[in-house]
Amino acid sequence: MKFYEFEAKQLLRKHGIPLVRGEVAETAKAAKKIAAEIDGPVILKAQVIAPGLTATSVREASDPAEAKAAAAELLEIDDGGRKPKGVLVEARPSGPTYSLSFTYDGTAKLPVIAGSDLAGKIDDIGDEHPNRIVRRHFSALFPFSDYIAKELVRSMGFGGGDLNRMTRIVSGLARLFLKYDLADLDITSLVKLDDGSFVLRDVEADLEIEARHRQRPMLDELGFAKDDLRQVREPTEFELEGARIDAEDPRGIISPIAEFDGNIGLVIGAGGGSLTLTDAVRKHGGRPANYAAIGGNPSVDKARRLTKLVLSKPGVDKVAVMSNVVSNTRADLVARGVIKAIVEMGYEPADKILIFRVPGAWEADAAKILKKYGIEYCDRTVSISEAARRAVEKAG
Amino acid sequence: MAVIVHKDFQFIVQGITGREALNFTRECLEYGSKIIGGVTPGKGGREVYGVSVYDTVREITERERVDGTVITVPLAFAPDAAFEAIDAGIKEIVIITEGIPRKDASAVVEYAALRGARVIGPNCLGVITPDVCRFGSLGGPAVDCRKAFKPGVVGVMSRSGGMTTEICNALTLSGLGVSTAISIGGDPVIGSTYADLIPLFEADEDTRAVVVYSEPGGTAEAELARWTQENNSRLPIVAFVAGRFMDEMPGMSFGHAGTVVNKKVDSPADKMRRMREAGISVAEEIGDIPDLVRERIGN
Repeated sequence: MKFYEFEAKQLLRKHGIPLVRGEVAETAKAAKKIAAEIDGPVILKAQVIAPGLTATSVREASDPAEAKAAAAELLEIDDGGRKPKGVLVEARPSGPTYSLSFTYDGTAKLPVIAGSDLAGKIDDIGDEHPNRIVRRHFSALFPFSDYIAKELVRSMGFGGGDLNRMTRIVSGLARLFLKYDLADLDITSLVKLDDGSFVLRDVEADLEIEARHRQRPMLDELGFAKDDLRQVREPTEFELEGARIDAEDPRGIISPIAEFDGNIGLVIGAGGGSLTLTDAVRKHGGRPANYAAIGGNPSVDKARRLTKLVLSKPGVDKVAVMSNVVSNTRADLVARGVIKAIVEMGYEPADKILIFRVPGAWEADAAKILKKYGIEYCDRTVSISEAARRAVEKAG
Repeated sequence: MAVIVHKDFQFIVQGITGREALNFTRECLEYGSKIIGGVTPGKGGREVYGVSVYDTVREITERERVDGTVITVPLAFAPDAAFEAIDAGIKEIVIITEGIPRKDASAVVEYAALRGARVIGPNCLGVITPDVCRFGSLGGPAVDCRKAFKPGVVGVMSRSGGMTTEICNALTLSGLGVSTAISIGGDPVIGSTYADLIPLFEADEDTRAVVVYSEPGGTAEAELARWTQENNSRLPIVAFVAGRFMDEMPGMSFGHAGTVVNKKVDSPADKMRRMREAGISVAEEIGDIPDLVRERIGN
């Protein structure tokens, strides 16, 4: 879950990490005031979540009037259906610039710090200048010890007073990274000022989504709303209804649900199966209307409501009901739910179901139910690829 | 031969009185697995399908050899359960529990490494060597499990539990069968990656090829590609990368916690390129896997 930059900085500032001067403004007028206080050239950053906005969400301004005009425009940016959460107005000191990155290395299974004498995202720097990056793993099991930061800082080429100042910053960040369950913390620019001190200029931070409950006190302090998952775009009405259906019945899971712009309704599962099935439909030229991931053992009613939701989506005429070979999901309950939805909507199930391929638990019962409505039950001998091909062909 | 498990493999279930654990304990017993005890704090003295329940792991390890444990305790207790198993000397640890933050997963895996234990998962379904031992919840009810997993020549490693069964079912139908299948887990930090486990298949004389199921997110595929290039492996590898549609949706997450495209290396396109460059056959479609395996093993 992405933090807005001003939130990340608020958290770091509270723990004594040196940062550039600046504040978040909710109006253009406030931006002007902050720029006047900084009294010099400023940078303005729209506080946004959606990826791909980097170029459009940042402006430079040389005086308060310019800052006001820039802020007014930045506040109008479309952030995946949201307004920006204000504009961060900051001083832009220059000097030698470095970058730091904290993340988990899935290969070593350890947290890792990377440092570079270039500014930017470590992954981008790695593409062009891999020899300008140094790395140091650390431990999530043992307490962080300063020497780990010192070793990294030394290998970045620092010595003398710089080494000690940077070690303090890196140690502090590493401890906060662990303490607050961050998944990624990128200091994309860190500047050495004329007086020899270092300040962080640009910060990106991501919270481990699975830790959002235990990090609630910190999130509350930042004013991070409970239901705010910082998705790249605002959920649609279709997606919200899907989430409601999932939440209202604890039996089985039907999430995540996402809306696409195609015509083939997908009642599909499970985690990996849904990814594979969505690809397979597209591979055969089909355009999925949605994403769904049925998991666990959903009730008849949950399957019914999901099917209704998908079939009610404008532009959707038929549904494909498919999954990988299931262990716990009962194929017969899914079949009952899907048929019930279609009958309730006043249609013939055979006209609305492109394919039913849910092999595994209770498959004989599922086949029996479907047969009654003239629908062929595809068992495990029909591959996912073949099932998707047939569905797309039938959808026309 | 088999990978990780063997015919005398004895394991316990931590969290055995939970709903999901009750199901797979019964399924494993029906499949013929040797479950020699279960643990649920406060429920010591009970029995589950003839398996004795204890309050602590040590009550079992002190009296019998325990080769492995399957952990399905609730999220908040999962790291503690893993530490308990590791300290009791258990060497093969399957963690089914989903939603463990990566910090905790990393700590557990580091501790296991220090004590010479191996972690499979979290967020996985475990290991199966068909007709030898089922260690975890792969395949569902024993009767369904036997349909999907027949002994054979292909090792399988998968980031998705459901797709482990799907792929093994396809390999079984094609007559190739499965040597050992491992559901490695869908989280960003897991105890055993493809590259960690492939040497085990390399050493397993029943395995003639390996199939890998992968998803967007993480560096495990790049690591496998590197391993393949650096080691003169006898095993042909066939990989499938799901979630290719996500390449067009940066930042969105579907399915497992590890499934998100934030960096270039996360993207299916990048994974496929790296694996192809390393000589791994990448299936365009899931249904192509058995034929590709046959092609690669010349059968």
